[in-house]
Amino acid sequence: MAADLAVDLAARLPSLLERTDPATASGWRDHPPRMGFFTDTTVCIGCKACEVACKEWNHVPEDGLELTGMSYDNTVGLGADSWRHVAFIEQPRRPARDPGTEATCAAASGVADAGIRWLMASDVCKHCTHAACLDVCPTGALFRTELGTVVVQEDVCNGCGYCVSACPYGVIDVRRGDGRAWKCTLCYDRISVGDEPACAKTCPTDSIQFGPLDELRERADRRLAQLHAAGVGDARLYGRDPDDGVGGDGAFFLLLDEPEVYGLPPDPVVTTRDLPEMWARAGVAAVALAGSVALSFLASTAGRQR
Amino acid sequence: MSTGARGEQPTVPAAEFRSYSGQPILNKPVWGSPDIPGYLFLGGLAGAGSALAAGAQLTGRAGLARVMKLGCTTAAGLSLVALVHDLGRRDRFLNMLRTFKPTSPMSVGSWLLSAYAPAATIAALSDLTGIAEPVGSVATAVAALLGPEVAAYTAALICDTAVPAWHDGFEEMPFVFVASAASAAGGLGMLAAPLAEVRPARLLGTAGAVIELAVVALMQQRMGMPREAYRQGKAKRFSRAAQLSSGAGVALAVAGRGRAATTRLSGAALVIGSALERWAIFEAGLSSAEDPRYTVVPQRQRLERRSRDRPGRSARPPTAGWAY
Ligand code: SF4
Ligand code: SF4
Repeated sequence: MAADLAVDLAARLPSLLERTDPATASGWRDHPPRMGFFTDTTVCIGCKACEVACKEWNHVPEDGLELTGMSYDNTVGLGADSWRHVAFIEQPRRPARDPGTEATCAAASGVADAGIRWLMASDVCKHCTHAACLDVCPTGALFRTELGTVVVQEDVCNGCGYCVSACPYGVIDVRRGDGRAWKCTLCYDRISVGDEPACAKTCPTDSIQFGPLDELRERADRRLAQLHAAGVGDARLYGRDPDDGVGGDGAFFLLLDEPEVYGLPPDPVVTTRDLPEMWARAGVAAVALAGSVALSFLASTAGRQR
Repeated sequence: MSTGARGEQPTVPAAEFRSYSGQPILNKPVWGSPDIPGYLFLGGLAGAGSALAAGAQLTGRAGLARVMKLGCTTAAGLSLVALVHDLGRRDRFLNMLRTFKPTSPMSVGSWLLSAYAPAATIAALSDLTGIAEPVGSVATAVAALLGPEVAAYTAALICDTAVPAWHDGFEEMPFVFVASAASAAGGLGMLAAPLAEVRPARLLGTAGAVIELAVVALMQQRMGMPREAYRQGKAKRFSRAAQLSSGAGVALAVAGRGRAATTRLSGAALVIGSALERWAIFEAGLSSAEDPRYTVVPQRQRLERRSRDRPGRSARPPTAGWAY
């Protein structure tokens, strides 16, 4: 049985492994272009308007009003009740090894000689091309929209929590007291009528940009080249590459340091990439178990005859 | 960070590890204890037990067959209760059968269980009451055919996640799980079946325990840095206890051949050892999700390896002089 499944899965796998448009791979025909976010963290001012607009528009409940002491970040991370999260990273300068730092600092944050730089970044669900949450959801509550985004149907989710363990970015979570899984919908209700998501709409610096993913990728490439030309050597795109472990993110970022500094995994891989092998091995293990049981009877009988 | 025993590759030096204020990258699994580790254990016990029951019936060991059938039905029932109890919306448990998705081990498992549990139950009821024996035999056979899959699929279930201590063990985990299942089922037979019939159960249980302990060690050896999650905190205590219990079970079975007290005691130790191993694996997964080190370090190592294999592409873009 498990072996049959592995075969079946292998037949369906092209959509898991290849560079395809996710909406097409999910069976949508004549669908609009894939929409996404490009979050340019170099212009983020940490105002958290995105967090507020998201909560307001999506009726996301309040989830505690504690001060964490982590710079200006009291949201801490993404979860069932935080679909945008602004990270604040304070980095003291190390004079010993910073020939290019002055330029970096000035270009990045305008704080040329404070001795620290302050990185701010608004994180969100990545709407992965190969979304682990969606793959593992047993009820079909998570689905791929015609716009290529990943959305939970709250009337279907039974709160099994599989998506929570599967997401390589720590995005989706189960809401306490409610029992169901929640995350960013990329404002499915707004964008399906041609509006832009609440966070992008409200962002005063255009750090959060919304649009067709192809256009956003071109824009991001231009911005990266501009920053590199200005001497900001540590600028890099994150989630832009369609050949990465999740097939590229529908929501990608321009960062000024390594991803893990922002709380992002440096090399995420969709766990279902290994599932065909897991099924195959489970099949072999099941056969081995059945064989061992048979053997234990054979050995006992032989022993009895002796 | 310890570099582990001889022969293991040392992990990346601590100074290389960076994170966002030490916050976890993954969201912690919402799966709870005892529901989920209990489910892994009971599913294994039932799955391997049904195969043992069918073998006992075929070879005329009616006492062993009855014990195993009753045990499997009870375990299957309890495991379903545990699964439903762990849902955020228990009233929606039937949504599990709303669709069939081979990409979701939980979906596959739900369908598997919804065929297996009735078969195991019919087999037990028919055995107890003597009613509809042909139907009971068919049910026994069906349960025996599905049982090993029930015992094995749960490995894919926990490995098909982003949790480092689970996912990175995916090559060996199915073998750990079926060996643990064999140990539990054999142990139950030794514990409760008529002494004259326990021999196959003893062979299966002791072999299962030995293989389980060996493959767990191999799995940890091969999974790289996330193995450390098995060697700390609750996971360490559970796996120590599992080693002791399963080890004692095997020793008693070998030393006290045939004697009633040692057989029963050995059976109980094997069952408990199997359960403790599931708890160890479960807890190792949780702690590996809670600490960003388990996510970042192996991924960094992967990037470094890739850039070594493909020279010219650096894993780390040049960083300016910012301290961290
Ligand atoms: S980031 Fe996580 S929750 Fe968002 S689509 Fe990817 S796997 Fe799903
Ligand atoms: S918690 Fe809900 S959305 Fe997540 S996998 Fe389970 S049913 Fe799907």
